[in-house]
Amino acid sequence: MIGFLTLLYKEFLRFWKVGVQTVLAPIVSTLLYLLVFYHVMEAHVEVYPDVAYTIFLVPGLVMMAVIQNAFANASSSMIQSKVSGNIVFVLLSPLSYREIFFAYILASIARGLMVGAGVYIIALMFFDIPLRLPLWALLFVVMGSGLLGALGVIAGIWAEKFDQLAAFQNFIIMPLTFLSGVFYSIHSLPSVWQTMSHLNPFFYMIDGFRYGFFGVSDISPYVSFTIVAAFFIAVSMLAIRILKSGYKLRY
Amino acid sequence: MLPAIDVTRVCKHFGTVCALADIDLKIQAGEFFALLGPNGAGKTTLINIIAGLALADKGSVSVMGHDVISQYTQTRQSLGVVPQELVFDPFFTVRETLVIQSGYYGIKNNNAWIDEIIHRLALDDKADQNMRTLSGGMKRRVLVAQALVHKPPVIILDEPTAGVDVELRQSLWHFIQQLNKEGHTIVLTTHYLQEAEALCNRVAILKQGRMVALDSMQNLIGCVTAGNTIRLKLSSEQLPIALQSLQICYNNGVHDLKIDNYNHIASILTALRDADIQVLEMQLLQPDLEDVFVEIMHENEKERI
Repeated sequence: MIGFLTLLYKEFLRFWKVGVQTVLAPIVSTLLYLLVFYHVMEAHVEVYPDVAYTIFLVPGLVMMAVIQNAFANASSSMIQSKVSGNIVFVLLSPLSYREIFFAYILASIARGLMVGAGVYIIALMFFDIPLRLPLWALLFVVMGSGLLGALGVIAGIWAEKFDQLAAFQNFIIMPLTFLSGVFYSIHSLPSVWQTMSHLNPFFYMIDGFRYGFFGVSDISPYVSFTIVAAFFIAVSMLAIRILKSGYKLRY
Repeated sequence: MLPAIDVTRVCKHFGTVCALADIDLKIQAGEFFALLGPNGAGKTTLINIIAGLALADKGSVSVMGHDVISQYTQTRQSLGVVPQELVFDPFFTVRETLVIQSGYYGIKNNNAWIDEIIHRLALDDKADQNMRTLSGGMKRRVLVAQALVHKPPVIILDEPTAGVDVELRQSLWHFIQQLNKEGHTIVLTTHYLQEAEALCNRVAILKQGRMVALDSMQNLIGCVTAGNTIRLKLSSEQLPIALQSLQICYNNGVHDLKIDNYNHIASILTALRDADIQVLEMQLLQPDLEDVFVEIMHENEKERI
């Protein structure tokens, strides 16, 4: 247990020591989205009855920040350790594969939640955002950041160079995030795109998270929970298997 | 007694390149063992397989009786490895690095031992500096310290003195020798053969993934066919005819002559005096590990031809 806690502490320190870049910067850039969309869209769109667009938007933006930062944390820590070679200290240690996995994803969850909480708290200063079912919101934000942390572990192990990791982020994570309903309800989309959105696991994370705020969602939160949990478990098992096999880590 | 390290029929390929072919090696607890060989011989690959950083294609490895794959927790707890590459975590200071490293091995409150290794490796004034700011030699010391935080019974050092100044090299070996006396098994690779000769009691030599020698230091040096050599700087470049058959080489005014035994020296000096040649400098050369190494590498070449 001490080994696991140490690696978790190290992973936590790794991003905390450069907190301006890893926590503050994403909070600011997410708030910029909020600022721009507030000015442009507020008067034009109402997604749910009696919920102003900006209020609708905040949980989506919070989740987007959480997703991106949870992924970035695990993946960049992994690839930096690989490229600089200091991953050997973890690989030489008696830490089990599960301990390594959980330390990485818990640090990712921590960073995701810190950025998400930062965006939410600052948004609260300007807007009255309800949080009707906080436990649902917490459940989805923790599972969502865990899922992205696990994906980050896999991407960080798979990528040999930083541009491969950037490709993973820009061509998989970003499109899945942007097309998951961060900025809109999928009911406002043509039916083909609605169907496509249902194939996107990120959609369920955001829809479920938003349910925690408004008590309203595009689909049942129980369905979303089941799907997100299934993805989380599957991706986690894959990540642990990869760690155990030594793929791209132990030659 | 169980060997500290037991390598059985280990093979490893990288693509079509055979990095290790059928390696068998037993290192007993308490040994000071040298793993030698030219660059690319497979030394680091073998160390990595023992440490679990690389996976063998065939064969098995155990450390202190535990299999490195199925019982990796126990084997890694028993091993301290100083990797060859100068790797470090740029986010932390020397002390933080060592505290974190102790934690990985399940050790809390390791400060007394950390202070001691910091002191023994002369890192005292660098302890609170960030790893990034240290010189290459200092980073190497931290790598050695990291391998020792959990007081492992088996310590593997992969070229620990590469790029390290003479003073540290001596203090490092003194420290490692002391650990060996306290019962730790030491395995090292180095290209400084004098170091290996002075420290180790047994040697394995690898060449192109094969074990070409495995014996005690004494036996290996005893087997050298070159024999003793006398090195002479003379007042004349020309040797007397009687001595010409003994000449091994002539370089920069220095003659190397082969001698069968020490009595032979007297007859050589007599022959020189008779020819009216003065001896300006004289040195007796005994076979060393370097001769063994060169001879073994050479034999191997001949076999291949």
